[in-house]
This record gives sequence, C-alpha cells and structure tokens, in this order.
Amino acid sequence: MYSFEPSEEQQMLVDVVTRYATNDLRPVARDADEGEDFSEAVIEKGWELGVLQASIPEAYGGFGERSAVTGVLALEEMAWGDVAGTMAVMAPALFALPILLAGSEDQKKTYLLPVIEAEWQPYTAALIEYFYDFDPNDLRTVASEDGDFYVINGEKVNVPFAKDAKAMIVYAKLDGKTQGFIIPDGTEGVQVGERHKLLGIHALPNYPVKFEKVRVPKKNRLGEAAGHDFTHILDALRVAVAAMAVGLSKAAFEYSRDYAKEREVFGVKVAQKQAIAFMLAEMATEIEGIRLLAWEAAWMLDKGKEEASKTAYLALNGAMDMAMMVSDRAVQILGGHGYIREHPVEKWMRDGRGFANFTGLAIV
Amino acid sequence: MIDFEIPKPIAQISTLVQTVAENMMRPVARHFDEYEHEIPWDYIEFMHNATRAMGTSSSMAPEEKKEEGGEKRPPIAFQRLVTMVEILSWGDAGIYLCTPGGMLGAAAVAAAGTPEQKQRFLNRFKGEKPVFDAMAMTEAGAGSDTSAIRATAVLDKATNEWVLNGEKIFVTAGHKALIDTDGFIVVWASIDPSAGREGMRSFVVEAGSPGCTVEKMEHKLGIRASDTVTIVLRDCRIPFGNILGSPEVERRDTKGFKGAMTTFNTTRPIVAAQAIGIARATLEFTKEKLAEAGVTIRYGVPRQKLTAVEKDIIDMETMLRASWLLILEAVWMADNRKGKPMVASASKLKAGDVVNKITQKAVEILGPLGYSREFLLEKWFRDAKIVDIYEGTGQINRLIVAREILGYSGSMLR
Repeated sequence: MYSFEPSEEQQMLVDVVTRYATNDLRPVARDADEGEDFSEAVIEKGWELGVLQASIPEAYGGFGERSAVTGVLALEEMAWGDVAGTMAVMAPALFALPILLAGSEDQKKTYLLPVIEAEWQPYTAALIEYFYDFDPNDLRTVASEDGDFYVINGEKVNVPFAKDAKAMIVYAKLDGKTQGFIIPDGTEGVQVGERHKLLGIHALPNYPVKFEKVRVPKKNRLGEAAGHDFTHILDALRVAVAAMAVGLSKAAFEYSRDYAKEREVFGVKVAQKQAIAFMLAEMATEIEGIRLLAWEAAWMLDKGKEEASKTAYLALNGAMDMAMMVSDRAVQILGGHGYIREHPVEKWMRDGRGFANFTGLAIV
Repeated sequence: MIDFEIPKPIAQISTLVQTVAENMMRPVARHFDEYEHEIPWDYIEFMHNATRAMGTSSSMAPEEKKEEGGEKRPPIAFQRLVTMVEILSWGDAGIYLCTPGGMLGAAAVAAAGTPEQKQRFLNRFKGEKPVFDAMAMTEAGAGSDTSAIRATAVLDKATNEWVLNGEKIFVTAGHKALIDTDGFIVVWASIDPSAGREGMRSFVVEAGSPGCTVEKMEHKLGIRASDTVTIVLRDCRIPFGNILGSPEVERRDTKGFKGAMTTFNTTRPIVAAQAIGIARATLEFTKEKLAEAGVTIRYGVPRQKLTAVEKDIIDMETMLRASWLLILEAVWMADNRKGKPMVASASKLKAGDVVNKITQKAVEILGPLGYSREFLLEKWFRDAKIVDIYEGTGQINRLIVAREILGYSGSMLR
C-alpha cells in the first residue's frame, strides 16, 4: 500500500535532527568551512542525537534496528544543515554499519559495542581511490591470501579522520570482488599521508592512506571465511549520498527562493520574474522527484527487493545531477551576491559538485 | 509508514489491463494512426463490456466503494486510475483516449456537481452502450488563460433554460461524446462577462441539445485515434439544472473558479500518467533493439566508464522513475483528500518534460530504426508532445508551482 508519510517514530527523529541542523550545524557551517574543522562539541552533539545508535540492535549496544528509510530521512535533514558536518557526525557509521550488514556474529560482538556505547570517536572507512575512473566494484587496492592472513596493497584517498582513527574498514579486491577488511589502529604498513584538500566539504578532515604489505588476520575479513556480498554495502553508501544531495538541494533552493522574494528589480521582486520563478519551480520539482526516488531505493533495501541495487544506483545518478543543477541555479539567482562568500550558496555549489564523488563518505 | 508496495487490488487489475494493452491496442496502433478519424470500435466495445462485467470504473471520477462492516481500507481510487492510464497509454496513447466512460467531463461533474447532478449525468456511463464525455474549455482566444473565455450563458427565465453562445476548439473526444454516442460535454462559459473569473461556470451540454454542433475535426501531429473537434454553440438551450456550481455571481469571490480548478489536482497527475506510459513503452523498445544489437546496459558502473548510449538509457530510467513517483505522491494525496496544486502541477510538468526527452532521445539513439514508420517509436515521439500541452502546458504548470512555492497570487506572478 503506497504511503508517503514517515512513521511517528521516524518523524520524531527527523524533528530532532532538524533542530540540530538548524540550531547547531547551519550557524557554524561557514566558519567550519573556512577553518576546515568542526568543534568536537558540535560533532558530539550530533552524535548524541542517536541516528546511528538507533540503527544498531540492543545486543550490540544500540537501541533499534537498521532502517535505510529512517537513515535517509535523517541524513536528508542533517545535510540541509551541512554536508561536511553530516559526514563528520556520521563517520563512525562507515565502520559500524558495514559490520552490522556483513560482519560475522563475532565481529559484531567485538567491534560494535565500543563504537556505539561511547562518545563520538574517529572510526572510518577507506574506499575511494585517486583515479578518474574509480569504481567501487573494480578496485586497484588488492588483497591476497597468505596462510592465515590477507595481504593488502594499494592507496586510498578521501578517508575521513584517518589520522586519528581507532579503526577503519578498508575495501580491496579479492579474487575479482570487492571485500571489506577491519584494520585496527596501529596496524603495520598503514601510512596516513598529509591532509587532502578538496573543492568542497572543507570542514571534513580527510587523508590519503597507503597500504603497503599490510597483513590482516583472516578473521578480520567482513563475514570472516565466507566473506560477504559488497553489493549491500555499496547500495547503502549510494542511497546515503543521494539523501544528502536532497538535503543540500533543499537548503540551496530555500535560500535562493527567500532571496528572490526580497530582492527588488525594476520595481518588483526578482521572484516575480518568470525567468527566476520558473527556475525555482523546476528546482522544487526536481528535488521532490529525486527525494522520492531515494526514499524508494531505501525502502527496497529494507525490504530486500531485487531491484534495490539498480534503484539505489538510479537515485544517486539522479541526485548528483539534481544537486549540481539546483546549487548552480541558487548561485545564479543571487547573481553577483551568490559568488560572494558572505552567502552560503557558493559553498553549496562546491559541496554540490561533490555528490558524484562522495560514494564512500556516508552510509545508511 | 513510508511504503512503495503496489496495493494488491492495483497489482491485480494491472495484469488484466496489460493484457488489453498488448492484445487490443498495440496490434492496431499503427492502423489508427494512419487512418485518422477512424474509430476503434472493437476496443471501445471491449472496454465498455469489460468495465461493466467487472463492476469497476475506468472513470476519472472514481467512486470509492464503501466496505460493509470490516475495516476501512485506505482509499486508492486515483492510485488505481493512474496505474490503468499508464498501462493503457503504454498500449497506445491515442486509442487510450478512446476509452469510453467518464473522463474530464465526469471529473468536473464529480468535483462540482450536486448529488442529484452526479446521479443524472454519471449514470449514463453504466448503461448498455459505451458513452463518452468531453471538456470544452479552450477557445480561439483563450487557451491556458481560461479567464479570457468569451462564451456566454444567459438564463431565459421564461423557460428556465440556459442559453449558451460561443465557439470551443480543441475538444478531445467531442465527436464521440456528442455524435457517436449519447454522452455530454462540459462547457465553460460566463454568466456575467463583466465579473471576470467570478462569473465563470461550467455547464453540462448533453448530446442532442438544440443549437450545439460539431463543426471541425482537427488533423494532428499525434494521438490521431482520438478526435479533436470544434464545437459551436448557437443559442444552445439546456435545462437550468445543468449548471455546475452556484448560478449566483458573488463579487470578489472566486470560489466557483477555484473549485473547478481543484479538479486539476487529480486530472493533471492522470494526464501525467499518460506520459509515463508512452515513455515506458519507448524505453522498453529502445532497450530491446539495443539488446538485439548486442548492447547491454551496465547498471552500477560509474559514469566515467559508461558509453554515451548507456548513460542516456540510465538517465532515462532515472527520470522516468522519479516522474512516476511524483504522480503516485500526487494521487496518494488526492485519495487521502489532501491534494495539493504544487504536487499535481509538478507531476504534470515533470512528466511532460520526461516523455519528450525520452522519446526524442530514443529516436536519435536508434538512428534509421528510430525514424522509420516500421516501428511505433516515431509515433510515440509524436504522441508524446501532447502531454506537454494539454491539461495545462508545461509553462502553465511551472507558473502554478512557482506561485505555490513563493506564496504568490496570480497578480503577483503573471
């Protein structure tokens, strides 16, 4: 039975996240971008909303169950506040959710509790590689068997909080397939490079990481000997990025709409010109369509539908174009003012271009 | 709880409708395109009898069946309707428009009529013979700007009849409603030309009304199976009770006009659903032809690695799905009595864009095959264009969405 209404519980979470995005993230987003950092207090406050904790069952320290739909709703709202902030707050999910989704019982028991039952700590994952045709299903980083170990070789980039990470998951190609491996802090052969600077999401500290003959015990492979199907993880990564794109686009749309209603031109408000009004109408339409597509993809993930992977892919495909279109137009509607860093739209445009490259930086 | 599961009753009827689309529409689609103005009676009779036999309604003014005892089920009538419209338009958009039963005219009656009027005008669709209706709104000088309508209705107090004068163009299925079957049209006319929109009313003009003639059948780019006619009203007399809404003009009160406009909350997503049917047909055909040529679409691969054709197909699927979900959301709202002009118009403008992008790109991708009349693709390209025009052009719907999101009245954003 079709329904487009979040449950009461979901709505409560959404409301809490909205308050955080409005009162905590948005006010500091510009300074965080310029200063390339968020305060620990802001991140900790976001962590305490319990978005991740609510997706982890009680047995592993959480208080709910994983729902991609709930995750999408929460990320959409949080990213409205700030995308880099969302990625920072939710970074531990990059470590915890793949373990929940693909880990063995032992792995869940060992690794989830210390993440979930504590204050925010730097846990992360390394997926992205520094090639124009980076493909999560065809990684250059490789894992090979050596007795009771896997040996991992390769280079990753855009690994959030890698420098201080307590542990991370690294994805590598094993027998032609992408597999995740748990890498604890201090593992030999893991070299974290200088902080990597990007076009957008300046406030998210991210690093290149080199893996040189890194020996990982076989029990550290997600799912242990049996391994796992990376598809589920990739789908959840893609849907998360799509949801954040919706949130950012909503922010850019609302800001440029409100500006257009204030700004006078030729004796009327600029929003009263069809050239501007039609741009806004198309932005609103596109956001709503892609939003529903992201919701549907998430719903399919939760239900284990056959079409889930394809829909997640389509949702991200549409979301990256939507975010670019909407954020570009937001700058255009503000004209010269849009180009000035006093307004947030130039930042949303820089962040907005990133959704084509963010797969691996958030998960639901 | 957010849910995208297709409701069981809709899934069931979809299977039936798909059979009709495959067997009764596709095989004759080319014929009724080549022989414009021929009427697909086989399809019409079949649909009429099937509808009667199943006791279901293909009407645009669906009636919710009241459950006796038991739990009250969530209303899904418009959700069911858009699903059927989508599939029938997948079969053939022109022949779909020849589906007998209550369409736009009935929707207007359902939205603005009294219970008595509904009884009088809508029962004819349940009779032995197929019956059509039509909406007569557009005039030579009044297209999207319906407030510029010049047709008039004057009450003759001696006979208690409305006397209608004016000329209506682009009336979809007007010939079938007035000449080929015993149907009716809903005519928009002013009862007080000095009052502007406040004076605008809709009237039911039944087949056989004196002074009402069908004068011209248009030759069109697409949807050729469907007749599009000019209707002339010369001192056309209809009973007093055929007015929809109040016969009084209340100054500074556009309730009558706005009331009629709320029908757009449902008719626009329904028309949008036609676009999705044409677009889905196009996409399926294009993928089939590509597969025959050994091209498979690699979903899940980053864009940088895709061929141009793969990227086109993936973009088409993305926009098609997003567009359909907007329609579902719009009718879900309408079913739950919280229809919004913003979502209804957004679904329509998006679908109009999407079907034209998809059909135009598909003809390009398939090269000489796409351009050939051996296949239906070139026809779908022609059929598609109407969806961006009727029931509010893409531009009118942008205007409506813009007004909604800006909180502007018509005078603030012209």
